[in-house]
Amino acid sequence: MEEKKLSFEDAMQRLDGIVRRLEKGDVALEESLVLFEEGSRLLAQCSKQLDAAEQKVVMLKKGSDGAPVELPFESEGV
Amino acid sequence: MEQTTLTVSELNARIKGLLDSDPVLEQLAVVGELSNYKIYPSGHHYFTLKDAESSLRCVMFRSSASKLRFRPESGMGVTAVGRVSVFPRDGAYQLYCTNLIPTGMGDLYVAYEQLKARLAQEGLFAPEHKKPLPQFPARIAVITSSAGAAVRDIIRVLGKRWPESKVVLLPVRVQGAEAPAEIVGAIRYANRYQVADLIITGRGGGSIEDLWAFNDERVARAIYESRLPVISAVGHEPDVTISDFVADVRAATPSNAAELAVPDQTDVRDALAGYEIRLSQAMRKHLTDRRARLDELSGRKVLTSPTAYLDGKRVELDYLRSRLIGAGDGYLAAHKQMFARTTAALDAMSPLKVLARGYSVATAADGAIIKSTGSVSVGDALRLRLADGALRCRVEEKEEPHGRKEAVL
Repeated sequence: MEEKKLSFEDAMQRLDGIVRRLEKGDVALEESLVLFEEGSRLLAQCSKQLDAAEQKVVMLKKGSDGAPVELPFESEGV
Repeated sequence: MEQTTLTVSELNARIKGLLDSDPVLEQLAVVGELSNYKIYPSGHHYFTLKDAESSLRCVMFRSSASKLRFRPESGMGVTAVGRVSVFPRDGAYQLYCTNLIPTGMGDLYVAYEQLKARLAQEGLFAPEHKKPLPQFPARIAVITSSAGAAVRDIIRVLGKRWPESKVVLLPVRVQGAEAPAEIVGAIRYANRYQVADLIITGRGGGSIEDLWAFNDERVARAIYESRLPVISAVGHEPDVTISDFVADVRAATPSNAAELAVPDQTDVRDALAGYEIRLSQAMRKHLTDRRARLDELSGRKVLTSPTAYLDGKRVELDYLRSRLIGAGDGYLAAHKQMFARTTAALDAMSPLKVLARGYSVATAADGAIIKSTGSVSVGDALRLRLADGALRCRVEEKEEPHGRKEAVL
């Protein structure tokens, strides 16, 4: 898993903000270009994330220190 | 007639023996209405069972009373199960009750209604306590049996709609005496270790007894106290458990819980496509607007003919210069006039002008102007200043205004 990347929810929210900003049209040219670039990047990131998504299912067991331990879970007939 | 004499204890023991040997009294059910219902600190329940004509003292020991799944109240119609025996200390017989069954309805139903009413009053179902669900949960805790159809349905629907979410299963028993404690433990554990952004708990359909764990007060409170939002999914559509009322969102079935938990990726792809269009449209409009503004600006004279701009400035400069010169001239003229007036006034007051009118000024040898006869003596030399020159004179005589004369002695 990549870390420090925006979560899907944050990415969508940021994207929404960028589109609204640009649609209002009161941004300077240079800023609008920066926003457009960021928006395009977020779009690509979200699409990629959707395309690459593969469901992960784990079963939690309490470890010896109490903290959760992940075990693979194979449910028959899924 | 022979008369037997017994002590009180002996009599009570004899009667107790009679009753205890009756097979009917050993195990029977008595129908009546509860009254004077009291729960002692010991946990034993004491009450009276009565009908229109009679009453019967009853006791239910803690071991039996704790198994009741509803709270008995005075006035309730019940069937009391137990045996009848004597309490030798009081010389009174009573029903040693082992179970109470409310008449007219199942005790589970009564317990359900009572708990629901109590928790509702306490505010556990209050809408303002409901937590919103995350829009795109990264991890979803599923608290249910690892074996049933429910877990399969949930995993399948989640995977189809939003495979992005990781499914974290916390397996628990969902029916039987151990179930409530296990469900409570899993909800608390999920919160303590923040194993997910959202909890789905529930089970597939079954009888009211099968679903009973989700009507347990402990489970209800654990859901209420959960900081992670909880979707409850118990049984099928018509089954509504206490957990459903307390949960942040109630799903009709486990599959429905999965639908409520995550967005459908088809919708999200549509939304992304919408953003893509809006983003490029907004950018295009932005650039078009910029270009239009640029064209408008470049159409202005200052840009098409810079010399015209300078010409304009030159005209303005000339105008300013003429105004400055005009202002300077006016200033000088005004001051010249004032100077003439002032010199005329000064001239009029000049002592020379006075002398020109025939007056003269006398000064002593030291140059002091003589204003009084007292400041000179006969024989003093004076200087008389006239308009066109001066005369040197000597005082021959002083004439006082009263006629007194002082001459040179």
